[in-house]
Amino acid sequence: MSTPKPNANERIITFSEAIREAIAEEMRRDPSVFIMGEDVAEAGTVFKVLVGLVEEFGPQRVIDSPISEAGIAGLGVGAAITGMRPIIDIMFGDFITLTMDQMVNQAAKTHYMSGGKLKVPMVLRTTLGATRRSAAQHSQSLHAWFSHVPGLIVAIPSTPYDAKGLMKSAIRNDNPVAIFEDKMLYQLKGPVPEGEYLIPFGVADIKREGTDITLVATSSMVQVALEAATMLAEIGISAEVVDPRTTTPLDKQTLIDSAKKTSRAIIIDEGYEQYGVTAEMASVIADGAFYYLDAPVKRMGAMNVPVPFSPVLEDVTVPMPQGVVEMAKMLCNKL
Amino acid sequence: MTQSTEFDYDSVDREQWLHMYEQMCKIRSFEENANELYFSRKMPGLTHLYIGEEAVAVGVCEALRREDYITSTHRGHGHCVAKGASLDRMFAELLGKEAGYCRGKGGSMHIADQDTGNLGANAIVGGSAGIATGAGLSIKMRGTDQVAICFFGDGALGQGLLYETMNMAQLWKLPVIYVCENNLYNEYTHNRETAAGSLKARAEAFGIHAEEVNGQDVREVYSTMLRLVERSRQGEGPAFLLCQTYRFLGHHVGDVNREYYRSKDEETLWKTERDPLKNLAAWMVEAGLAEATIFGQIEEDVQAEVAAAVEFALNAPFPEVSEVTENVYA
Repeated sequence: MSTPKPNANERIITFSEAIREAIAEEMRRDPSVFIMGEDVAEAGTVFKVLVGLVEEFGPQRVIDSPISEAGIAGLGVGAAITGMRPIIDIMFGDFITLTMDQMVNQAAKTHYMSGGKLKVPMVLRTTLGATRRSAAQHSQSLHAWFSHVPGLIVAIPSTPYDAKGLMKSAIRNDNPVAIFEDKMLYQLKGPVPEGEYLIPFGVADIKREGTDITLVATSSMVQVALEAATMLAEIGISAEVVDPRTTTPLDKQTLIDSAKKTSRAIIIDEGYEQYGVTAEMASVIADGAFYYLDAPVKRMGAMNVPVPFSPVLEDVTVPMPQGVVEMAKMLCNKL
Repeated sequence: MTQSTEFDYDSVDREQWLHMYEQMCKIRSFEENANELYFSRKMPGLTHLYIGEEAVAVGVCEALRREDYITSTHRGHGHCVAKGASLDRMFAELLGKEAGYCRGKGGSMHIADQDTGNLGANAIVGGSAGIATGAGLSIKMRGTDQVAICFFGDGALGQGLLYETMNMAQLWKLPVIYVCENNLYNEYTHNRETAAGSLKARAEAFGIHAEEVNGQDVREVYSTMLRLVERSRQGEGPAFLLCQTYRFLGHHVGDVNREYYRSKDEETLWKTERDPLKNLAAWMVEAGLAEATIFGQIEEDVQAEVAAAVEFALNAPFPEVSEVTENVYA
């Protein structure tokens, strides 16, 4: 299944602007949508993603909250059950640990436990990604935690185009959706239509076509994979870059089909490698494309250490293009 | 307690007191039958009985409208009945049947009934404080005059979520009433071992209007709630109601030998002198509002209704196994 691609002649805006535009469009369209979180109003969040929203929609719909992540997530669940469409802003992805009971035991299970009667149409937007020299409690990519839980949807956009389309879909969805935005991507520019469009969940996007190896890459790692693909092309290896865009639901078929075509696959994600989303995706490919594979499916995630502060240490914890190239060469017997 | 004694009980119609008696009676009979279903091995899992605390649920819910919200606890059957749920569908849920309120997917600890404003019982202690407060935020944003009631036990006073949400409720003047059912025990541990300082002062620290009532006296709970609900409807913000109460039985149906954490004398005292049903009946007879015989008649009628509900649930079919993957996502 393919979805519309951005036209290269479109207006160019940043990832951050795309997120803001998606939220503003949905708030104009639907008065039940509101956003609540720490420093979301006049400050427009610490990353300035929401600048201007409080001026347009007022403090009743762009609500500065106390520093109470569990509390605001809980208020989100209650408001969602009773007719609103809250967007709960959790400043750093590391802080989702504080929302866990509300997301995992309340938001994710309310629909099922009520036999399908109650719905929780809420969005939790938060961040992921290292290399900002922010150390171990402001640098993690914890999307695997939510991806583990039935009842939650997890979106991880990698481009401005995907960010707008996925955010709009998240706000309109009747389920709790967690959307993780890579902090390092906020200034990334790309084509984004001014008009209305939605990106469905569970539909991967082939960011670059290739024939020799599949690079399944998520969020921050899509740019890394694209850069690696360019380097690989120079040495005669044609890499296909597949972006799942949502981890739950996962577009298994596109991953399998790509691996069948290329016969080799590396999964690249910025979450910790151990028990990470890379493991799930590698398993999907190993099961679904087994007889077509010419090499074991490999995984590259963040190093299994708390993210260190010192730049020389931090930089080696995250997959980089050169590392992807080396792994790809090995799998293609081009060492 | 001082304010509620000023309430003129004569202003409440005799029929309404009798209705409250009937509601308490329904809860007690429901719970006795749930206990029996457990011991006769007809109910999967276990359940937490509300016997002894009936005046809290009934006094609170009697002051509400159907469209007002409640969130409930693992000991939630009383709240559910008092808010107007039907007993047959409740028993069906306890037995995991398709006719249950949650199609058998929730069970005793998760009954939700949107039609009566019950946003669900919650098996995480204090876990519904966010939901109730969020419902209060939603009410304010939608501009209705509903209120949201958050039922929780004294055990929830150990949970941080409660304080985060009470803070926001008072900051934003949300129509939420936090009803603390202090039955003295956090499971098998007396709350003198778990809660420092004053229970009521916790809410007062946020500037939340707080009152304390005898939770065994439905008249006091009801009359106090009428005032608290009215002030919340008028936009005066949240309130905290501390209800002193006691569960006559164990933490759950299997908690039969309880002497290691509370004495038989203590239980006997509450059961004989502080039974909310007996006390309401005695007061009504003494005040000339009812003949003593009427209460026996109510009990008989209720028992017949409950027996029919149990029968319905026992005969109801289980869900199809294919249901297991339904309703994960809306």
